[in-house]
Amino acid sequence: MTTEVVDGAPVVLSARRISKSFSGVQVLFSVDFELRQGEIHALMGENGAGKSTLVKILSGFEQPTSGEILLDGKSVKLPANGAAEALGIVIIHQEFNLAEHLTVTESLFLGREVTRFGVLDRKFMRAETRRVLDLLGSHVDENAMVGSLSIAEKQMVEIAKAISRDARVVFMDEPTAVLSREETNFLFRLVRKLRDKGTSFVFVSHKLDEVMELTDRVTVLRDGQWIKTSPTSILDGEAIAQLMVGRELSSLYPAKTEPDIDEEVVLRVNGLSTGYVRDASFEVRRGEILGFSGMIGSGRTELMEAIVGLRPRLAGEVFVRGQPVSSGDVHAVNNAGLAYMTKDRKAKGLLLDAGMMANLTLQSLARHTRLGYLDPGSEEAALVKARRRFDIRVRDDSVIAGRMSGGNQQKLLLAKVMETDPDIIIIDEPTRGIDVGTKQQIYHFISALARDGRSIIVVSSEMPEVIGLCSRVVVMREGHIAGILEGDEISEQEIMRYAAGLKKKTAA
Amino acid sequence: MSVNEEGSQGVIRRRSWRDIDLRAVAPFVALALLLLVGALVNPNFISINNLANVATRSAFIAIIAVGATFVISSGDLDLSVGAMVAFIASLMILFMNSGVIADPALMLLAAVLFTIVSGALCGLTNGLITTVGKIEPFIATLGTMGIYRGLTTWLSQGGAITLKEPELQEIYRPAYFGTIFGVPVPIVVILAVTAVAAFILYRTRYGRHVVAVGSNRDVARYSGISVNRVRTVAFVIQGLCVAAAVLLYVPRLGSTSATTGILWELQAITAVVVGGTALKGGAGRVWGTICGAFILELVGNIMLLSNFISEYLIGAIQGAIIIIAMLVQRSLVRKS
Repeated sequence: MTTEVVDGAPVVLSARRISKSFSGVQVLFSVDFELRQGEIHALMGENGAGKSTLVKILSGFEQPTSGEILLDGKSVKLPANGAAEALGIVIIHQEFNLAEHLTVTESLFLGREVTRFGVLDRKFMRAETRRVLDLLGSHVDENAMVGSLSIAEKQMVEIAKAISRDARVVFMDEPTAVLSREETNFLFRLVRKLRDKGTSFVFVSHKLDEVMELTDRVTVLRDGQWIKTSPTSILDGEAIAQLMVGRELSSLYPAKTEPDIDEEVVLRVNGLSTGYVRDASFEVRRGEILGFSGMIGSGRTELMEAIVGLRPRLAGEVFVRGQPVSSGDVHAVNNAGLAYMTKDRKAKGLLLDAGMMANLTLQSLARHTRLGYLDPGSEEAALVKARRRFDIRVRDDSVIAGRMSGGNQQKLLLAKVMETDPDIIIIDEPTRGIDVGTKQQIYHFISALARDGRSIIVVSSEMPEVIGLCSRVVVMREGHIAGILEGDEISEQEIMRYAAGLKKKTAA
Repeated sequence: MSVNEEGSQGVIRRRSWRDIDLRAVAPFVALALLLLVGALVNPNFISINNLANVATRSAFIAIIAVGATFVISSGDLDLSVGAMVAFIASLMILFMNSGVIADPALMLLAAVLFTIVSGALCGLTNGLITTVGKIEPFIATLGTMGIYRGLTTWLSQGGAITLKEPELQEIYRPAYFGTIFGVPVPIVVILAVTAVAAFILYRTRYGRHVVAVGSNRDVARYSGISVNRVRTVAFVIQGLCVAAAVLLYVPRLGSTSATTGILWELQAITAVVVGGTALKGGAGRVWGTICGAFILELVGNIMLLSNFISEYLIGAIQGAIIIIAMLVQRSLVRKS
């Protein structure tokens, strides 16, 4: 661990009062950021705090709405679409930008192949690739196909690519998300080595322990605002977690109602495993709102999809009111009274070309079938009712779903799922991308359903939402259930500790 | 509510003629224009006799295209229908020639059932290869097209297969040449098949599922619809429609050969697309399909009755029609 602060080192890249809006929604508010030569700088914040947007702006993939970017103290306009690489600014994406069918050497020299008399100088390029890989201490074969490499090795190739282009600034977005502990250690040694030679790194990660271990300074963003920049050595994980969270809950949420302790268990999940999720067990009682928290990619959606039959289960059982439900049959699960509402309303929830009625009744057509044919009157009655119940506001009844606002789409999706009249509803990201007013309506609706004796599982990346609604919260981390929190334990700091791996608890 | 809403929902509009879906109306407008052109080219064209003739001749393609509407609406494609017609027709004639049942009426009944089952099985084969085998429908049905065609050539030993029993021919003939209340049987069959298909597509759960699957498979899956079953059944419906077309085709000539139904898949797909069904799935228009089939036949008829285009160009014209239909469809989508 390096405690030395590279004070006084010249600033390579900096952002001054950067703001950014996407179609009228502001995501960055006058953010300052400074990257010194030869430092590893962590960029931290909750999901949606604006980290990715800032990284994209500093690497030229997005242009700021206002504010300026300085490279070596001079104001610059970074060229778009990766052309900033020529200036020595490289971004290593979460999903690698490597063509599977090229060799390592070909990947390294893609787009700037060395030629002699118009013919590729393959010998030189191979030798140069070897030199860079040796420099990194990597044993990857320069003639290997990229597709045959492990994820860690691919990452190595990405870094070699960055080095071979004389990168001065390297952005790494969640680089360790897919690496094992040993691979992570190797990566960190490499990054430190390059740092000592003067390369600057921006390290975007949710993992507090790694940030503490690797980085020299930390910048925390919250809700698109700059909160603090500080040497890592004077902070601890707790302090960073508080900086990331640090806000009060508002009256957005209805009063919580907790189910009685002896209330019937309506859903029991026992040792469920999929490819990524391992050995998940939990219970839901009648009238309970159970929260599922955790980082993006912690396996929450995968677990829920396995429960409702959208994904195959490798092991484990699901019981609804004591009755086992079969794996892989969404329709049967619906009939058992369990319904899942996807977080991806545009790609998986609604038929965007179809009208409200076709969408509303799609999952529950059996209810509108009489003697084998659909009864339009019954469907229309359902639509009238749903529009009143969920307050779906449209000016034209024949509008197609794709033209409705995000909030109305979300209400329509909720209405569609509720048409199956489920007793247990799993709502994945209930309020993604919708305005505050609609959020509040949806929260109150969820609360009303629980008072009605139904059970709800709320999967959400927005911690205030989980805390404001739920009487118990399951925190997932890397495919495991890291802990189940109840009562006073439910706080953003505590959830963050479990989600970041600072704390663990076996299922209660 | 949100700022986005203003932009995405556009201006308030009264219900007016502009609300009519142009894509649904376009094929009927084209049909009307074509009738007008035909009348100008040759006065005989507009006679009831000629038009009934045209409609009768369009029966095979129209009925097959109704099935294709299901397959295409669910997001798939079936290239094997032309070869399937030849194959099933061969099977049917061979079955009737086998003489396993002495009574001609009973024999005919058995042959009809046999044909329907054969059609369903051929469709089921296509469906299972695409869904269970997870092979692109284009490739899967390209393969079965070769298989059905090859089997036909083998069954006929490169020649023709002809219905031998004269008595059987006699009682089967009216199925194509007869009339019901003065309307030729093929036209009655077209209308009946289309009416049933329209009912299934617009008024049953299965029809809704077809459109949902064609529109977005993920949404369908997340809504608890068994996507593969819906797709497979669409191929079976296509097979049944091919069988219906065969039941009309065999009494017409009483004979098939290895060249029966060549390029019918192109004509069927053209009829579907001209009729306003989106080739990428998600919107089925059964009556539009019938209209498309009439248009194809009318174009051929006009070319025959007029003297300024050689009728040998008919294939080229039909090929051009499908391209023009796609262009029109796309420009209408952009406008809406």
